[in-house]
Amino acid sequence: MRHVLSVLVENRAGVLARVAGMFSRRGYNIESLAVGTTDKKDISRMTIVVEGDDRVVEQVIKQLHKLIEVLKVSNITNEEYVGRELVLFKVMADPTQRAEIMQIVDIFRAHIVDLNKKTLMVEATGDDKKLRAIEEALSPFGIIEVVRTGKIAMVRGQKSHLE
Amino acid sequence: MINGAEAVVRGLIHQGVRVIYGYPGAANMAIYEALRRSREIEHVLTRSEQGAAHAASGYARVSGEPGVCLTTSGPGATNLVTGLATAYMDSVPLVAITGQVATEMVGTDSFQEVDITGITKPVTKHNYLVNRVEDIPRILAEAFHIAGTGRPGPVLIDIPKDIAAQNCAAKIPEVVDLPGYKPNYKGHPAQIRTACKLLNEAERPLIYAGGGIIHSGAVAELLKIAELLEAPVAVTLMGKGAFPEDHPLFLGMLGVHGAPAANKALLASDVILCIGARLDDRVTGRTDKFATQAKMIHIDIDPAEISKNIRVQVPIVGDAAGVMRDMLLRLQPAKRKDWLAMVAGWLPLQEQAYAAKADELNAQTVLTKLNSFTKGQAIITTDVGQHQMWAAQFCKVNRPQAFISSGGLGTMGYGLPAALGAQMAAPNDLVICVTGDGSLQMSMNEFATIKALGLPIKVLLFNNGVLGMVRQHQAVFFKEKYFSVDLVGNPDFKKIAEAYDMAYYLIAKIDQVDLVLQEALANGRATLVDCAIPKEQMVYPMVRPGSSLDDVIIAMKK
Ligand SMILES: Cc1ncc(C[n+]2csc(CCOP(=O)(O)OP(=O)(O)O)c2C)c(N)n1
Repeated sequence: MRHVLSVLVENRAGVLARVAGMFSRRGYNIESLAVGTTDKKDISRMTIVVEGDDRVVEQVIKQLHKLIEVLKVSNITNEEYVGRELVLFKVMADPTQRAEIMQIVDIFRAHIVDLNKKTLMVEATGDDKKLRAIEEALSPFGIIEVVRTGKIAMVRGQKSHLE
Repeated sequence: MINGAEAVVRGLIHQGVRVIYGYPGAANMAIYEALRRSREIEHVLTRSEQGAAHAASGYARVSGEPGVCLTTSGPGATNLVTGLATAYMDSVPLVAITGQVATEMVGTDSFQEVDITGITKPVTKHNYLVNRVEDIPRILAEAFHIAGTGRPGPVLIDIPKDIAAQNCAAKIPEVVDLPGYKPNYKGHPAQIRTACKLLNEAERPLIYAGGGIIHSGAVAELLKIAELLEAPVAVTLMGKGAFPEDHPLFLGMLGVHGAPAANKALLASDVILCIGARLDDRVTGRTDKFATQAKMIHIDIDPAEISKNIRVQVPIVGDAAGVMRDMLLRLQPAKRKDWLAMVAGWLPLQEQAYAAKADELNAQTVLTKLNSFTKGQAIITTDVGQHQMWAAQFCKVNRPQAFISSGGLGTMGYGLPAALGAQMAAPNDLVICVTGDGSLQMSMNEFATIKALGLPIKVLLFNNGVLGMVRQHQAVFFKEKYFSVDLVGNPDFKKIAEAYDMAYYLIAKIDQVDLVLQEALANGRATLVDCAIPKEQMVYPMVRPGSSLDDVIIAMKK
């Protein structure tokens, strides 16, 4: 099962290496990891998607807690949260195919952000389901490159995780 | 104004550090100069950085205070790694300070540069690369706090040499504030109630005692709980000394080479109280066959150890001593004649398992005699191999911090430098290093340090001319196909002892044991006792690795 962990860490050199190193050393698989600063400049948030059963995730969380620079770990998998990822696709498209692709892009509320004689670049934001759907829709044209940010997530409601 | 190096030394003095084990080099010269000028801290020049780390570990484990070691950058720092990993696995508090190349050279593969914070991330509790001189007092205070509290462990501080030379105006902070590090000491009351209920209702309770009891200073509480419940006590290798071994409730060591009584009791028990132990694979054997009948209570300060290897019914995160005191308020005295009688029936199996011929010199006889002279009060350090397991089986340890062995990492070469540190932490105690001819040769260079300090350490060498434990595995699992285990080229240990001004005794026959040991223990000098034992001797019993604890090999055909 996939779990989404929202992790607050001190914003210092080496923290990412410590977190990533812990995952690899203990044999846990990171599916995606996104990191950025929060509204407090000395604190960063990592959104980590990890694959594993409950027992594995329990260990992951405990091992994360042991890192001195990790301030808070929340498993938000079963919470009401908004999860988003931004993906860039480079798609094969000769001028005759452009119209059809633009239709698909419209349906998914994505954008075309670059274009030349042979290819188009599509920017899409959304949750896993939507991004999988657009990828499927574009793939018949030939996707030649994909770049993803990794998922970021925020729990719904008034509460702030920084508290 | 003081410089960064002097801030380091001030910080160390502030922490009450009395001794540092170290080795100088280009990148830590300023710190050496600051140490020279301060004169408040004794510096011990070991003969390798690994020796420094192990000596600091021996010192820490006997004194209960963090041990400190200091090395230069590059090779000095990498030589520390085994020592840090050894300390990490056994939760020993260390603060290691390494010099680093100058800040502007970091990242350029300059002379003697290694990324030691990168290398040691997985084997330290935490580490720091200092990038501002102003941070030194804070980092030093944090390092000692992290090393010594919660589940103890090694912390490394890497200090570039330009930073050590810069002026430092910062003061030592009064309090350490680490928002991401708040060990939980007090056990959850509801969990404690559940645990006590289980134990009060148990028919065949067993206490599984680990090294955490010693770290926590919970030895008195353990004795009280065991006696109150009439629960027999089995210890891990790290737990030796947590419970007096001459006590009638003591069963022996658990695990692969553990006492049959301890292992059998574990399998037969209905409630296991595991305290300060990791449920390591060397103890549990096959986890799916491990204590399947029992409900398990697990007390540990490190939440990550709970349910890591074995699912437990009652987890209690907290400091062992405090949790056990809380438990004592709720536990009821019990009498368990039947259970104790059952367990007592297994005790003789240990003696029977040992298969040496009666007239042949063997470790059991030597160590049993040793006990009778030391009354379990000596500090024993060990190396790794058969002799380590014999020491664990036959050295009776009746007090905490008196059995110092590399349990988690199994590091050959640990015993002698650890003995050095142990003897400095306890100058009036008898310190005995039980070693093998393979292990001793990994850190024999530290004889020079011992000589320089005039320490009266006793080295009890089980000299079988082979890497005995490896040979044993080849005997049992590789059909007696021996390879690369003969220590051809061994030195004449008598000459080695002479070279370092040590007393030397050879025990070649069983009837020499008494006299030699008596003399060796009483001579007041550094001493090497060379016991010539046959290479065929094995450590029994032996659980097949990866098997259930009752799949025991008692003896092989001769
Ligand atoms: C640094 C290190 N290298 C290798 C090993 C693997 N090993 C475990 S026991 C052993 C043999 C130890 O021989 P010795 O010190 O002579 O002790 P004996 O088993 O003969 O008592 C070896 C090589 C180890 N534990 N540590």
